[in-house]
Amino acid sequence: MTLSLHRSTRVADPEPGVPGRPPWRSRLYALEGRTAPYVYVAPFFLVFAAFGLFPLIYTGWISLHRYRLGSSMSWVAFDNYAWLFSNPQFWNSLWKTITIGILSTVPQLMIALGLAHMLNYKLRGRMFFRVSMIMPYATSVAAATLVFGQLFGRDAGAVNWLLGMVGIDAVDWRNGDWTAQIALSVIITWRWTGYNALIYLAGMQSISQDLYEAAALDGANKWQQFRHVTLPGLRPTILFTIVVSTIGASQVFGEPLIFGGGQPTGGALGQYQTLGLFMYQQGWTFGQLGRAATVAWVTFALILVLVLLNTWLARRRERAA
Amino acid sequence: MHIPSPRGRRTVALAALATSVVLAVSACGGSAGGPAAAGGPVELTVGLFGTFGYQENGLFAEYEKAHPGVTIKYESTQSDDKYWPALQTRLTAGKASDVQGIEVARISDVVTNQPELWTDLRETPAGAAVGGYVDWKEKAATTKSGAVLGLGTDIGPMGICYRSDLLGQAGLPTEPAALAAQMASWPDFLALGAKYKAAAPANSAWHDSASGLYNAIISTEQKIYYDESGELVVSTNPAVKSAFDIAAGAGQAGLTARLEQFVDPGWDAGFGSGTFATIACPSWMIGYIKGKAGDAGSGKWNVTTLPGGKGGNWGGSYLGIPASSQHKKEAAELITWLTAPAQQVRIFNAVGNFPSTKDAITQVSGATDKFFSGAPIGKIYSDSSTSAPVQILGPNDGVIKKVFSDSLLSVEANGVAPADAWTKSMAAVTQQVG
Repeated sequence: MTLSLHRSTRVADPEPGVPGRPPWRSRLYALEGRTAPYVYVAPFFLVFAAFGLFPLIYTGWISLHRYRLGSSMSWVAFDNYAWLFSNPQFWNSLWKTITIGILSTVPQLMIALGLAHMLNYKLRGRMFFRVSMIMPYATSVAAATLVFGQLFGRDAGAVNWLLGMVGIDAVDWRNGDWTAQIALSVIITWRWTGYNALIYLAGMQSISQDLYEAAALDGANKWQQFRHVTLPGLRPTILFTIVVSTIGASQVFGEPLIFGGGQPTGGALGQYQTLGLFMYQQGWTFGQLGRAATVAWVTFALILVLVLLNTWLARRRERAA
Repeated sequence: MHIPSPRGRRTVALAALATSVVLAVSACGGSAGGPAAAGGPVELTVGLFGTFGYQENGLFAEYEKAHPGVTIKYESTQSDDKYWPALQTRLTAGKASDVQGIEVARISDVVTNQPELWTDLRETPAGAAVGGYVDWKEKAATTKSGAVLGLGTDIGPMGICYRSDLLGQAGLPTEPAALAAQMASWPDFLALGAKYKAAAPANSAWHDSASGLYNAIISTEQKIYYDESGELVVSTNPAVKSAFDIAAGAGQAGLTARLEQFVDPGWDAGFGSGTFATIACPSWMIGYIKGKAGDAGSGKWNVTTLPGGKGGNWGGSYLGIPASSQHKKEAAELITWLTAPAQQVRIFNAVGNFPSTKDAITQVSGATDKFFSGAPIGKIYSDSSTSAPVQILGPNDGVIKKVFSDSLLSVEANGVAPADAWTKSMAAVTQQVG
């Protein structure tokens, strides 16, 4: 950038007195100077346009059509949206997305905070623990879900076996309404806690050690240090993880799909059918691409609203503080 | 940065265009060459789902050996519900394989909604084979104008597979004939289930799932979700309601193991562990049961006819040639050979997929199976296929079937009242199909 700017100034005002180059040549230089910056940034914008903006807009366009997989599109204006908002299955999947989101995000972030706090102390084998934090995140969704699916099995699952040891009857995790959501939330929490813990840990290490020393001198114990030094220092990091987790929660897809044996129905009652699964089911089970695109756009709008809400809340708190 | 002048803006646009052209050209670098020259070596691509048994039993290799110059490139997707949507996008893009498998629940969709995407086999070397099938098989693959779009592989005649050891423990008959004698109808079958429940070991249910039972009952009907004119009759057909009620009743009475077929890992495990004593089994499930029960299950399983000796059909497939294929003649020769009676018999003996040609059915009618305690599976399944009604298929059969499966699972596993489940199913069908 600096280079091109420098060049453009040089070419724009040719030094007086120097015998002039032919005019077409200087004009060419001028042109290059003016356009070069755009060419340099073009690849990003082109890739973004091709893989970000265009699919977004085209999905919106498809959502205004009736489009069955394997046939052609026909214009239906907002029929798909009317269909969606009058479909109880959509409201169910929206609600399940929210409940699974809360069930998984809240414990996930709290555990991550606790773990990060512990790892922030000088600890024997600290490196080992830090690396093992990231292991679940490095595991593939499919593998993790398959294993957890077995653990939560009704007839021969390890979880029911453990519950049986303390005298609790076997739970039909998969088919129950809340039990299936809890099982899924456990998988999601297991996978993402370590990732968030590492982000918190990084945030914590940027908090000055002096603050802790000062707090200790004032007689603050570990818990008070955590509440009054760590938490305020981490506020931007926490906000970041909440935003990212909220977006992640609204897009949960792989876990419930594989937990449901590859079927996007999310159980007999749709008890773990998230918006992602509902969209997939419309598009790929029923071949209704127009309806699937509608779900995609509504999900997008929802995420946008959530993020804006988050930012607004954060600003308000900052101003209040 | 200054704001570019109009001329500058034009050059920017030009530069952007140039960059995108470069990107586009480089993206196309990997594409393959055009169609092979006539008479030269031919590569046939074959795309299937599940277990057709061709690759597994060396049929492709044998065909390549007998036809120098022909190589077969085979790919398979595990289940039809993943395979079919992917095939749809490839079909519309003209990028489908030379040979593609079609499940029977999809054939009506192919025949009514996309005949232009498939090859009429009457115009190919496969045309001569069309006459050799059981009556309904090729009729289902024929369009209104008479074009034949698929050559049948297997059909799915029905039986009841059961654990003779578990039935014996509960004091029920263990021999196929003796058991069949006590099951004149579906209510009889459930009465036996009630007896079993009273005497059976804990954690062992009579039947695997309500939806399995429903599919078995409905498999014996001629008119299911559509009538002869192609009208959707799901809400008014008494046969559907009756099958639903029987299956829901069994689920409510605790006669089922509440395991979703092909989805719940507990279902797979149940074949070995005995969580259920009976399962309605189309012939293609024979191989599946063997695989899941393992060697330890050999001799414990047995097969008998459906209650009342009724005939039925559940599943079976076709091989079709997409219209975009560059090697229609060679592909047609391949599918003719694969579906010829001799090969159908081999596949039946290897994996249990029941033949759909009359010749092959005669040849396998004496077959017995050691794993299933020496049961006369050839006779049971060929009897079922000859007495099966000619089912009326419709383009949304698969979608509707799935709605009922979920609905019945909610009755057995979540305690939803059958009447509510029925109302919800009807709403779901209207929502999705209507």
